[in-house]
Amino acid sequence: MSAHEVLGAEVALGEGAGLPSVAARRPGPLTRARWAVEDTLVITKRNLLAWTRVPAYIFFTVVQPVMFTLLFRYVFGGAIHVPVPGGYVNYLVPGVIGQTAGFASFSTAIGLARELQTGGVDRIKSMPTARSAFLAGRLVADTLRLFVTIVVMVGVGYGVGFRFSGGAAGAVGMVLLATLLGLAVCTVSALIGLAVKDEESVQAFGLIWVFPLTFVSAAFVPIASMPSWLQGFARHQPFTVVINALRILALGNRVEVAVGQGLGSALWQSFAWTIGVIAVFVPLATRAYKRA
Amino acid sequence: MVIEVRGLRKSFGKVEALRGVDFSVPEGKVLGLLGPNGAGKTTAVRILTTLLPPDAGRASVAGFDVARHPAAVRRLIGLAGQATAIAPHLTGFENLEMAGRLYHLGKQAARRRAEDLLARFDLADAAHRQAKTYSGGMLRRLDLAASLIGLPVVLFLDEPTTGLDPRSRVGMWAVIRELVAGGTTLLLTTQYLDEADELADDIVVIDHGQVIAHGAPEQLKDQVGGDVVEFSVEEKAALAPALEAVSSLGERPAFGDTETGRVQVHAGGRGSQVLVEVVRSLDAAGVAVTAMALRRPSLDDVFMSLTGHAADQDNASDGAAGNGPRKKSKGAI
Repeated sequence: MSAHEVLGAEVALGEGAGLPSVAARRPGPLTRARWAVEDTLVITKRNLLAWTRVPAYIFFTVVQPVMFTLLFRYVFGGAIHVPVPGGYVNYLVPGVIGQTAGFASFSTAIGLARELQTGGVDRIKSMPTARSAFLAGRLVADTLRLFVTIVVMVGVGYGVGFRFSGGAAGAVGMVLLATLLGLAVCTVSALIGLAVKDEESVQAFGLIWVFPLTFVSAAFVPIASMPSWLQGFARHQPFTVVINALRILALGNRVEVAVGQGLGSALWQSFAWTIGVIAVFVPLATRAYKRA
Repeated sequence: MVIEVRGLRKSFGKVEALRGVDFSVPEGKVLGLLGPNGAGKTTAVRILTTLLPPDAGRASVAGFDVARHPAAVRRLIGLAGQATAIAPHLTGFENLEMAGRLYHLGKQAARRRAEDLLARFDLADAAHRQAKTYSGGMLRRLDLAASLIGLPVVLFLDEPTTGLDPRSRVGMWAVIRELVAGGTTLLLTTQYLDEADELADDIVVIDHGQVIAHGAPEQLKDQVGGDVVEFSVEEKAALAPALEAVSSLGERPAFGDTETGRVQVHAGGRGSQVLVEVVRSLDAAGVAVTAMALRRPSLDDVFMSLTGHAADQDNASDGAAGNGPRKKSKGAI
């Protein structure tokens, strides 16, 4: 039996069992790294294919944020006054994109809880598939999906009067930062899905924490219009900070005063929050996956 | 021995799911792990497939200790669980091809193997339809195919026919039998004696996390005592005279359940003869009965004869319903 301990060595299988010894060969680190990448891509593809085939998923991830955009642009927008060049639509689109990044994570929790219940997780864990691939594939797929959604929303924003005015680099930066925010929220959602384990409970409660974070923020209305006891939370919570950065990237430095924060400050706080959340929640979600 | 289990223990909080279990499976043989819901079958399978670490004891698959060399074990096994691990929005082909990729077969080999398995399991016509359009029996076959994609030397099937209609069940048996004829070592869990009888070379009966019997299907059935004549009395007061009337007719004293008024007479191999005698004796004693039947021994009879309690007794006491398939709850299986 001690032969099994020799890493990388080809060992004889269970004496006399007559089984193929090739299966017992432990692959080297390079092969394992390649498998980790390939397995993640296979699982990413699996998740993205399912997304494109279920109209309800597409509705939830794309149509709903577009509806929010139209709703605030044409129904509430007239009553909201912001000192931003181009008017409320320019204020709104980066905000609603930040909100979308929060809501898009819902499907991460739902998807993981469902795969736990249907035995998909057990199956993959009993396979020689890289241990990291299941969670990584889910996060990559959800992030790509969010990226597509954000690009669609920018297009819809252009249709209703939104214009970038912070240059091409700022426009690209806005899309990428919003995607990073989405990835951070997805890691929290992954932990929720894997810890709660029950799809119906996740359906009921998985999104509740996102509501106050996205609405009690600068996403739709200036924080100065909120009651003073709410302003402290609203001004410093991560969604506001990231949305401030999104606005400045989209509209240029001249909106720093209207936003109430400089680009440098908004950016480093955004990175601190998003990368901090990812650094904390990826290990937690990984642990929950291993225990599930 | 391809599967070797010694003194295996596992607890979930205060619930002892496995309390020192031993069994082994030689190469190319089929072991049926038979027991009611909550007996510990799924826990044993989860430990053997590296999904769960044991608290104590040893388990090895194909010579590898499951706790120390889980990665080596995973390259050699296939698992089809109680739930079908199939992505409903992918086609049958996509499900299998991706499983093959995740077993690191390589793209071409994964495609070829997926096509082979679809043809072999009679799913070629449905290969490019989304799995959500499949019937229950087709889904189980696809799930079984997915567990075979990596050419496992040891296969684990956890209640492969629970929840299937009788026709799909028989179809599934045929598929499994064919597989076993190819030399795959198989561990199968089931709640059904007929299923274990049909498929297994050896049966391990497990109850409350312990092995309570072990042997070939024929040995177990002999132990149970063959056919059973069963009837119920209309009034509970009639139970005593009914038992007295029939007690000497069976292979051993008749058993009467005071709760339900149900009486069982173990008839050995003389089923119809004993049935006639039971009817005559009851008629002579003037006992009115309902629902009389002659049936083959069931899991309940195995349990009754081995443990003195019905297979579903303990489940009933903690609120679960009867013997039927029950939604899998994680943990205390």
